[in-house]
Amino acid sequence: MQTSSSNEGRTPLDAAIVLTFSCVGALLALLAAAFTADPLFRFHMYVFLIAFVIAAGVMTAGIGAGRFRGDPKSYEDGVVRAGVIATMFWGVVGLLVGVVIAAQLSFPKLLYFSDFGFLNFGRLRPLHTSAVIFAFGGNALIATSFYVVQRTCRARLAGGLAGWFVFWGYQLFIVLAATGYLLGVTQSQEYAEPEWYIDLWLTIVWVAYLLVFLGTIWKRKEPHIYVANWFYLAFIVTIAMLHIVNNLALPVGLLNHRSYSLFAGVQNALTQWWYGHNAVGFFLTAGFLAMMYYFVPKRAERPVYSYRLSIVHFWALIFIYIWAGPHHLHYTALPMWAQTLGATFSIMLWMPSWGGMINGLMTLSGAWDKLRTDPVIRMMVVSIAFYGMSTFEGPLMSVREVNALSHYTDWTIGHVHSGALGWVGFISFGAVYCLVPWLWKKEKLFSDRLVEWHFWIATTGILLYISSMWVSGIMEGLMWREYTPQGFLANSFVETVAAKHVENIVRMTGGLMYLAGAIIMSYNLWRTVRMPGSATETSAAAKPALASAS
Amino acid sequence: MSPRETDDVSGVETTGHEWDGIRELDNPLPRWWLWTFWLCVGVAIVYWVLMPAWPGLHGYTKGTLNKSDRADVAQQLNELKALRGAEGAQLKNASLQQIESDPKLQAYALAVGQSVFGDNCATCHGTGGAGGKGYPNLRDDVWLWGGTLEDIQHTITVGVRSDHPQTRFSQMPAFGRDGIVPADQVNDLTEYVVALSHRPANAAAVTRAAPVFQANCAICHGPEGKGMPAQGAPDLTDADWLYGSARADIKGQIWNGRGGVMPTWEHRFDPETIKALAVYIHANAAGQ
Amino acid sequence: MWKHHAKLERHSLLLIIGILIVVAIGGLVEITPLFYLESTIEKVKGVRPYTPLELAGRDIYIREGCYVCHSQMIRPLRDEVERYGHYSLAAESMYDHPFQWGSKRTGPDLARVGGKYSDSWHRDHLIDPRSVVPESVMPPYAFLAKKELDYRDIQDKVRTMKAVGVPYTDDAVKNAKADLEAQADPFDAGGTALKKRYGDKVAQRDFDGDPERLTEMDALVAYLQMLGTLVDFKTYKAEAPENLR
Ligand code: HEC
Ligand code: HEC
Ligand code: HEC
Ligand code: HEM
Ligand code: HEM
Ligand SMILES: [Ca+2]
Ligand SMILES: [Ca+2]
Ligand SMILES: [Cu+2]
Repeated sequence: MQTSSSNEGRTPLDAAIVLTFSCVGALLALLAAAFTADPLFRFHMYVFLIAFVIAAGVMTAGIGAGRFRGDPKSYEDGVVRAGVIATMFWGVVGLLVGVVIAAQLSFPKLLYFSDFGFLNFGRLRPLHTSAVIFAFGGNALIATSFYVVQRTCRARLAGGLAGWFVFWGYQLFIVLAATGYLLGVTQSQEYAEPEWYIDLWLTIVWVAYLLVFLGTIWKRKEPHIYVANWFYLAFIVTIAMLHIVNNLALPVGLLNHRSYSLFAGVQNALTQWWYGHNAVGFFLTAGFLAMMYYFVPKRAERPVYSYRLSIVHFWALIFIYIWAGPHHLHYTALPMWAQTLGATFSIMLWMPSWGGMINGLMTLSGAWDKLRTDPVIRMMVVSIAFYGMSTFEGPLMSVREVNALSHYTDWTIGHVHSGALGWVGFISFGAVYCLVPWLWKKEKLFSDRLVEWHFWIATTGILLYISSMWVSGIMEGLMWREYTPQGFLANSFVETVAAKHVENIVRMTGGLMYLAGAIIMSYNLWRTVRMPGSATETSAAAKPALASAS
Repeated sequence: MSPRETDDVSGVETTGHEWDGIRELDNPLPRWWLWTFWLCVGVAIVYWVLMPAWPGLHGYTKGTLNKSDRADVAQQLNELKALRGAEGAQLKNASLQQIESDPKLQAYALAVGQSVFGDNCATCHGTGGAGGKGYPNLRDDVWLWGGTLEDIQHTITVGVRSDHPQTRFSQMPAFGRDGIVPADQVNDLTEYVVALSHRPANAAAVTRAAPVFQANCAICHGPEGKGMPAQGAPDLTDADWLYGSARADIKGQIWNGRGGVMPTWEHRFDPETIKALAVYIHANAAGQ
Repeated sequence: MWKHHAKLERHSLLLIIGILIVVAIGGLVEITPLFYLESTIEKVKGVRPYTPLELAGRDIYIREGCYVCHSQMIRPLRDEVERYGHYSLAAESMYDHPFQWGSKRTGPDLARVGGKYSDSWHRDHLIDPRSVVPESVMPPYAFLAKKELDYRDIQDKVRTMKAVGVPYTDDAVKNAKADLEAQADPFDAGGTALKKRYGDKVAQRDFDGDPERLTEMDALVAYLQMLGTLVDFKTYKAEAPENLR
């Protein structure tokens, strides 16, 4: 576990392991690329090969130069900095692809190219969802979890280079998944589209992530584990479970990219939505609640509102979330008893979800004035408000009679994006705004005015997005089921497609504004990093508490 | 455990822990929160009693309401039938002519037709039935397979070149592709067809093609090229073209002998709906 | 009670085990019964495994992401039944690894699109949707008609499907390639064997309008044309108590 610092001459163990791992990996990838008859599989083996060769090269050079000896008395912040950069990079990419697909639905004649299959909506949509959830959200979670767990345990990240392995391994996963979608490598299970070998790779990375996180907790100097870490832990462990079960599949061949899921039909459907719903529950909710539990009290400099509430809502949330998956399958061929369970557990999920909102908002009591003065706090508060809203809307949509209308329509898309843009996006932006000055040792951000701009443009964008989707979703739901006085369907399907044109354009505009906000933010952060180092070691957050403690 | 302190702002005790400067207040669970949670649990329990809910080893609890979506939809469809009322039943027994001559019945049939046309026919025949290349216009008075109510009803029922055993069928040979007539004669025939539709054409070619047309085409398109509904062979003298009026289109058809496919609708619709569709199409076309 | 929780806060292993137990329960109670309860899948006649050509087409459907816009799940609601046809049964997707029910209808449901249109309509529509439906927002797939189908691994695919539980016979695995070629060519002598294996209703013809070539369009259209055509609803007793649920 420990990076050696005493044995100056010897190669650190973790570096040797990573080097060996890369060499073996490179060899396997080379062999696979040489012997496969499947062009897509070969392409991905080359991606693996390049990654492993670069890794091996960097390791060799680094070991030669005597690097990779982390200072156990300081926090490992390099990987967090890398994570913050990756978060912003993939965030902009993912939002851009979102704007592109929104534009395609608005202007199909202009934005489809009949000979470039890889630019079609069907391939770009999974690219968008994976880029924003796994690349943007995932990097934000990994980066903040590494930051938070070190601070709240007063321990350096465990495993030496393992943290870096998690970071780069995860980027490799993203590149494989993203190029795969464009080329047509997909299992078609939403949010689990990557093929079997990419799934396996993610499993390795994820186990390493769990070990690094747990290892740090084991090393902690605090007697108690902080609530944010409960949530991070639940997120990491549960995602591992979901990922492994939902991706059980048999490859068509060891050198073939395609695989077929072990489950079929109705069983497959429920396994998928058990996974899909809890990707929401544990990736997009538990993980980001963890973020909230650190950054909100930290930034507001106020204590967390209620310890008891955090216990109750934590256990209630993770217990109940798992059951709610069938609300994605109302009225389908899934047996009705399962739908009932899905609906009822979703309703019971309302208050446990709001427990997080209460603890987040009420933490500001006594510091409400900061809403006016600190746009970063305001962003996080609005984020929590959107969290509250979408976790009210969700249970509502889980009622079977409501879902009969909303399912298959843009209403779902509106719900998704109030959670995604409002909650996930804003809480991450808030955390990153906090982190950058801390990590790069600056007094403050380059410009608070730009944060204001970001906040207002993006908030307007979200409102345009979700209100247009409510309108179009409810409209198409009503149009599909509308009957003429004689008792015949009043609208053909294409009429409902045509009717959504304006809403599609409004949604695209909203998305464009949200993207513009993220670009402003990137600029602001870049300027912050480039600011002449004020590096005042007195800034409370920037100072490693570790040294004083150990 | 470190000693508990009291937070100055709220006057509430903290738990005595601190992580990186973060402390926790020991506020109790908000009452309204707790009660709403129990209320939701109560709602869930009621729901479980009423509806199919909990699985066991051999089955699941059926719920006291004995609810079934599948039974419900069957019932709703029956209710729809009732809503559609007397006309719906009349449609079943009335002849096509009776439907057309009874204004009430006709209006009803038109409403049915319009509703069904949008999702099933407009995709090929265009919004409102205006047609497109390869898909006939249903609003004019030009018919490939005959324009009486019965003809139309039959076409819809069995389709054209469909997989229905009694489908309407005919196949124009691929004169050029299969080498039935030499390539230069296909060019001549193209001119001939252009001339048939009263447009300027190469006179010499038309003369050369006349006997070829009579030998090969007249059996289907008739000696004057006026078409033959029994064969689905279009009238070549009018301005209405299934595959386009340009020379390239005409030549393409003589070369390849395409034959459009119209699906059979017998399996998708009941006879009343097909009747209504026939009346709808007939009314729209006659109006033009 | 609050004091007891401190144990979990101090022992990360207890915490992690607690989390694992709590998050495992819901899935176990909901998912496992689907594998053993008889009532989960209706007993119907006619549902058969995909022919190799249809399977190849299905893989293209998945590759192109058609499922992001099209559902294949007609709900038992009156408007859906009237618009798309009989509601979908669990039995109809029991050989679907993975299922294609979808979650969004940017385009219409496709569960029963088989036989609704002609092959040439599908070709026209896939090449340029707006040429036949001006209001459409569907992407064009012209490249499918140009690309030869790569089916070198079709036998492996059928074998894998068999391994995950689809009842293909050994014969079907052995002849996967021959069956695929036979289905796309109306004059292929292998058609008899194909129909013996998969039933007389299997459509054997050139699907893409280009008899000379076996393209991805052939496979995709073959798949679309069989969707929802397997169960004979004239003999299926929808109102029987065991089918109600
Ligand atoms: C797959 C596309 C397609 C669909 C869907 C379709 N049709 Fe057709 N229809 C055709 C084609 C192609 C023809 C011309 C056949 C030929 O070339 O002889 C045709 C011909 C007809 C004709 C005969 C026209 C004539 O000139 O004799 C009628 C009437 C008709 N269709 C009505 C309908 C109705 C009503 C529906 C819906 C219930 C419908 N069609 C759906 C493709 C379609
Ligand atoms: C066996 C019958 C048959 C014979 C013989 C035949 N045709 Fe046709 N022709 C048809 C049918 C049927 C159609 C309509 C195809 C369709 O509905 O898709 C057609 C369509 C056409 C069209 C296209 C009309 C339009 O509206 O676009 C042209 C032009 C044409 N035929 C010319 C000829 C010529 C020239 C010959 C002789 C060399 C010929 N046909 C011989 C049956 C025949
Ligand atoms: C951007 C979303 C989108 C994607 C991706 C998409 N479609 Fe569509 N599809 C539509 C829309 C909208 C319609 C309705 C308008 C029309 O008929 O074009 C439609 C209609 C259809 C229809 C006609 C259904 C009917 O009953 O009228 C078929 C068949 C179809 N699509 C097949 C496919 C296939 C196969 C793919 C993938 C290769 C695909 N679609 C990808 C949006 C999409
Ligand atoms: C109490 C909490 C929540 C409940 C009960 C809930 C419920 C629902 C329901 C009923 C649907 C529609 C399913 C359908 O008809 O297809 C849905 C979709 C979705 N929700 Fe939520 N929701 C909740 C919170 C959230 C949050 C916080 C997010 C964060 C981003 C979120 C993200 C999504 C996504 C991504 C989908 C779309 C899934 C898909 O079809 O691809 N949900 N949710
Ligand atoms: C610039 C901002 C964004 C735009 C313009 C945008 C646009 C879109 C569009 C057009 C779709 C497809 C909807 C459909 O199929 O009808 C979509 C789906 C989706 N987006 Fe976004 N998006 C944006 C940001 C985000 C973010 C930040 C997240 C998550 C953190 C996200 C998560 C999703 C998810 C989960 C879906 C799939 C929903 C479902 O399957 O039900 N999006 N987005
Ligand atoms: Ca996967
Ligand atoms: Ca072909
Ligand atoms: Cu859900």
